Amino acid sequence: MDTEVLSSYLPLYVEAFFLTLKIGWLGIFLSFVLGVASAFIIHFKIPVLSAVFGAYVEIFRNTPLLIQLFFIYFGLPKAGISLSAELCGIIGLGLLGGSYMSEAIRSGLDAVSSAQTESALALGMKKTEVFTLVVFPEALTLSVPAIVANVIFLLKETSVFSAISLMDLMFTAKDLIGLYYDTTEALVLLVMFYMVMLLPVSFVGSVVEKKAGAGMFGE
Amino acid sequence: MEEILSVKNIRKSYGDITVLDDVSLNVSTGEVVVIVGPSGCGKSTFLRCLNGLEEIQEGQVILDGKVIDTEKDDLFSIRERIGMVFQSYELFPHLSVMQNLLLAPVKVKKRNKKEAEAQAQELLERVGLLSKKDSFPRQLSGGQKQRVAIIRALMMHPEILLLDEITAALDPEMVREVLEVVLDLAKEGRTMIIVTHELAFARAVADRMIFIDGGKIVEEGTPEEFFDDPKTDRLKRFLHSFLYED
Amino acid sequence: MGFEVLLKGSNLIRLLEGLAVALKISLISVAISIVLGTILGVIMSMDNKVIKGITRVYLEIVRIMPQLVLLFIVYFGATKVMGINISAEASSVIVFSFWGIAEMSDLVRGALKGIPAIQYESGIALGLSPVQTNIYVIIPQVIRRLIPLSINLITRMIKTTSLIMMIGIVEVLKVGQQIIEANRNSSPNAAFGVFLTIFVLYFIACWPISRFSKYLERKWET
Repeated sequence: MDTEVLSSYLPLYVEAFFLTLKIGWLGIFLSFVLGVASAFIIHFKIPVLSAVFGAYVEIFRNTPLLIQLFFIYFGLPKAGISLSAELCGIIGLGLLGGSYMSEAIRSGLDAVSSAQTESALALGMKKTEVFTLVVFPEALTLSVPAIVANVIFLLKETSVFSAISLMDLMFTAKDLIGLYYDTTEALVLLVMFYMVMLLPVSFVGSVVEKKAGAGMFGE
Repeated sequence: MEEILSVKNIRKSYGDITVLDDVSLNVSTGEVVVIVGPSGCGKSTFLRCLNGLEEIQEGQVILDGKVIDTEKDDLFSIRERIGMVFQSYELFPHLSVMQNLLLAPVKVKKRNKKEAEAQAQELLERVGLLSKKDSFPRQLSGGQKQRVAIIRALMMHPEILLLDEITAALDPEMVREVLEVVLDLAKEGRTMIIVTHELAFARAVADRMIFIDGGKIVEEGTPEEFFDDPKTDRLKRFLHSFLYED
Repeated sequence: MGFEVLLKGSNLIRLLEGLAVALKISLISVAISIVLGTILGVIMSMDNKVIKGITRVYLEIVRIMPQLVLLFIVYFGATKVMGINISAEASSVIVFSFWGIAEMSDLVRGALKGIPAIQYESGIALGLSPVQTNIYVIIPQVIRRLIPLSINLITRMIKTTSLIMMIGIVEVLKVGQQIIEANRNSSPNAAFGVFLTIFVLYFIACWPISRFSKYLERKWET
């Protein structure tokens, strides 16, 4: 391995790293918002909307992100909707992640027993208070392991952004391999940066999971 | 004694199955009414009809002279006045003991936090759980959880307390610590309607006993007449099922 | 909207053949994953410290490394470092199996751990031998938990195989690109129709499988 090559590649990777992080976390933020809204709508069986969001969840859970991105980035402009590659990445990841987050949060909501709702009602809470003060926080903590798994999954999924010519980590690696054939160096840096991106999340995730997961409060 | 709650001819059914059939009951302030009956007789459903957790098809529930209309009235303000404790405790697992006690008074009733906290401390002290105020529900034993659930209901200053088989899920050695709290509340003159299977406790705490079977009140009376001189065959058979000799 | 190109010549057939390439690779990988993953899962549940340490590192690598990165390492890296030339198809099967075995072994370990010890003890208490207890009591329960989850692994595998175009395998997405390119003048909007069709094809391939897995999960819920 050539350290000179490594250090000359490094700045390129750092730049790509921050782009990947930016798009990744913005997409995850979007997916969380979308997931909460969708879980809420489906759980409470809000007419019409719950059918729409139900279909959305099924469609995006059962198709690969790569295809979703191709359609959004290359297909939609032909129908008059042109978005920048970055925006496509964020929206694509957000839509994919939203469908996963929705399932995670919904199963949390389902797991909160109806007796919890009743005892909150018996204390004189209004329906909205029962939801915001009791059911939702409980459901969210029950969903923590699934949410953490989704965050890791989504950060990994960012690797396909290169397909819509975003200059992310994969793109940089592929580009350098194609240009200079310093395959080993390019791959080592690729792995390193993905480790920097995901190891802390994986670590923090398992700590949070232990604290909040499976209703293990107060340990 | 002043009458606080009056139930007139209520009927409750799920589809074709009638759970409560023409049940009436009057409760005076400070009275402790204990309801017993075989499993599935409708006694728990009866409690749940009183605070609107279940809708009734016919009849009236009158609280303090005012008919409760589940359609029009804001049920949540009625539920503040009628507290309820459940068999499965139903503490909120994501909140500490203190947070469980403060949630409804502070977040919902917007009471002063200091004042509510002081009341919570006092109640915790009274049931011997002050040291557990920062614990989470899963760190408590069943008996401790149920004592917290009882004082959580008391935090709302309810005029009536409904206790739904609160010892049924407890290990035998924990039953006593919970029932002692209830006896204590009875002594200070709290109005309570209690559904239980603990007949010895029922006898000790009740001002009046009620036997429900098949969705109807079959017999009622003072604890003495009820246990020592039951009138109906059905109550005799029910009481007999708790004895081992024949 | 560009759907007309699909009706031209054998374009639709070619697209389906492309999908078949992806499906073939995913099914081979799933088969390998289920067999080897089950074996590994059983080994992992034996509570050996050394095995635990090694498998933990393995699972963590799979947990945090994108499959595409692994694909690059095997496809580009192996050639460079070891001087062996691994075909794109073989690289895909290696990487997806590497990933699938980890997933499967974790599912198997979880399912084994999830059976309460009292089930085993009550089998013994009824006079069954340990082997009989396993055959009649434990394994049927484990299988019931595992089947829906392994079926679910199939849909995830199919979705993941969309990545193989990135190392140059001509599969459905690549065929789609070729069709769009070839008809650039006659159907300038082909990208919409073709990519939407591929989108739908993937959905048709995965959705029934994931429904089936959900159905089994509900049916066997204990």
